[in-house]
Amino acid sequence: MAARLTRDEVAHVARLARLELTDDELERFTSQLDAVLDHAADVASLDTAGIPPTAHPLALVNVLRDDVAVAGLARDEVLAMAPQAEDRRFRVPRILGDET
Amino acid sequence: MSAVSLAADVRAGRRSAVDVIDEHLARIEAGDGAIHAFLEVTATAARARAAAVDARVAAGEDPGPLAGVPIALKDNLCTRGVPTTCASRILDGWRPPYDATVVSRVVAAGAVPLGKTNLDEFAMGSSTENSAFGPTRNPHDPSRVPGGSSGGSAAAVAARFAPLALGSDTGGSIRQPAALCGVVGLKPTYGLVSRYGLVAFASSLDQIGPFAATVADAATLLGVIAGHDPLDSTSWDAPVPDLLGALGRGVDGLRVGIVRELGGEGIAPDVAARVGQAADALAAAGAKVDEVSVPAARYALSSYYLIAPAECSSNLARYDGVRYGLRVPGDDIGQMYGRTREAGFGAEVKRRIMLGTYALSAGYYDAYYGQAQRARTLLIRDFAAAYESFDVLLSATAPTTAFPLGAKTTDPLSMYLSDVCTIPSNLAGHPAASVPFGTGDDGLPVGVQVLAPALGEVVMFRVAAALEAAAPPGAGR
Repeated sequence: MAARLTRDEVAHVARLARLELTDDELERFTSQLDAVLDHAADVASLDTAGIPPTAHPLALVNVLRDDVAVAGLARDEVLAMAPQAEDRRFRVPRILGDET
Repeated sequence: MSAVSLAADVRAGRRSAVDVIDEHLARIEAGDGAIHAFLEVTATAARARAAAVDARVAAGEDPGPLAGVPIALKDNLCTRGVPTTCASRILDGWRPPYDATVVSRVVAAGAVPLGKTNLDEFAMGSSTENSAFGPTRNPHDPSRVPGGSSGGSAAAVAARFAPLALGSDTGGSIRQPAALCGVVGLKPTYGLVSRYGLVAFASSLDQIGPFAATVADAATLLGVIAGHDPLDSTSWDAPVPDLLGALGRGVDGLRVGIVRELGGEGIAPDVAARVGQAADALAAAGAKVDEVSVPAARYALSSYYLIAPAECSSNLARYDGVRYGLRVPGDDIGQMYGRTREAGFGAEVKRRIMLGTYALSAGYYDAYYGQAQRARTLLIRDFAAAYESFDVLLSATAPTTAFPLGAKTTDPLSMYLSDVCTIPSNLAGHPAASVPFGTGDDGLPVGVQVLAPALGEVVMFRVAAALEAAAPPGAGR
């Protein structure tokens, strides 16, 4: 399980993370990430039987507020910072393919 | 001059806020070319706000406990209408449509923001060399790093550009640069300070905290920003204790534990010597000092470098070219995402996104992220055990004094080791402060770290104040 990280795995992870890495970066990151994971192997091999995970240090559960509508951000101010805005919306390139 | 005295002078009408601001802006003008603490100096807005403070004083009103005090803000804190880049190309030019809660609070207290300070991109780093806009230099020696990720804020206070600054700390990003720059810096209990408007890196670890030249100033600033915020659902809903009242109480009878796992051969001998001196000073002041073991601290660094990147990979998914920041065009949405993120993120950010994505991916989730979360539980339990016999814990803040620019940039792992003493407090959600305590053999600042249990800020400040009073001469500038 502390297997050496392959370039293919790194390329797969880059796709998952929506990063269009260069070949150079793929090469470099493969060895750098491998080194970090190697170092993290001590945690991977810890005996944690019966130990619950901690996702969050505060003992907070289901923080709620009253279901009352409050003003959000100023729409025009938000859209003014958009790379492309049109008709009071964010404009983006094609999302769905021709088949749909 | 301390922030507290400055504010007193302004409130009493002995000094005008405009004069104070002009004086500090002049220092920035004269000195920041060499240091590069600031990414943006908001001189016009600062002068306008200072004038407003003076107007309130003239009208017989109280402008607040930080009246007229200049403050520098780390550039991952949202400031409405003012560029907030997180030192990244992907947010270059972006101006937030809202202020972070901490920004609103310091302004309501009368403080005057002077500008936004440099950081490692998206707060990922320990030297401020990962900024997309060039590094910040240590005011004590410009060939050296100021530490990171809040290097700009630490340097701004060290260089006396502002008596106060705000930074953020996820794995040590306030405390480590505070140590390297010879100023006070602390991370509060998780949840004590609202994260609303802090650009998220690792949501279960991030906290905003103060930089100052004195413990009293840091406590004052923390008092202003701390407290429940309905806009942050991870914000602790309980009254903030009187942080300043405790400062003069001394350490008589307090039990101080030197953490074994945060010492040893990982710490440079000159730094370790200062920690020893600090322990002796506390003992001389009446504290009971002993060694203590926090066994799971051995796994803190590894756990952090699985948890933090995992959380960051999720938090940075929003930078996709759709709603804000950089957009690199693509034929379809997927190509736009891929090209935008490739062009917009620096190497360290990409590395951490990759690491996190891998640690969370199918087949590896439990072995890496799941294990790290369980190691986190073990650490919290070991701290709890230590705090049954001790009131505070002590360690070095950083393993060495400030290292040269470029010394650790080719080996990410060597950079990560800078945070070995600070990371445990982030994982546990506990407060910790770095107090300047003398210099290393090279004459550069050394910081000693005081750790306290959750919501233990009062006892942390008591010990920090005692260390400050007993500290050997610092690095002169």
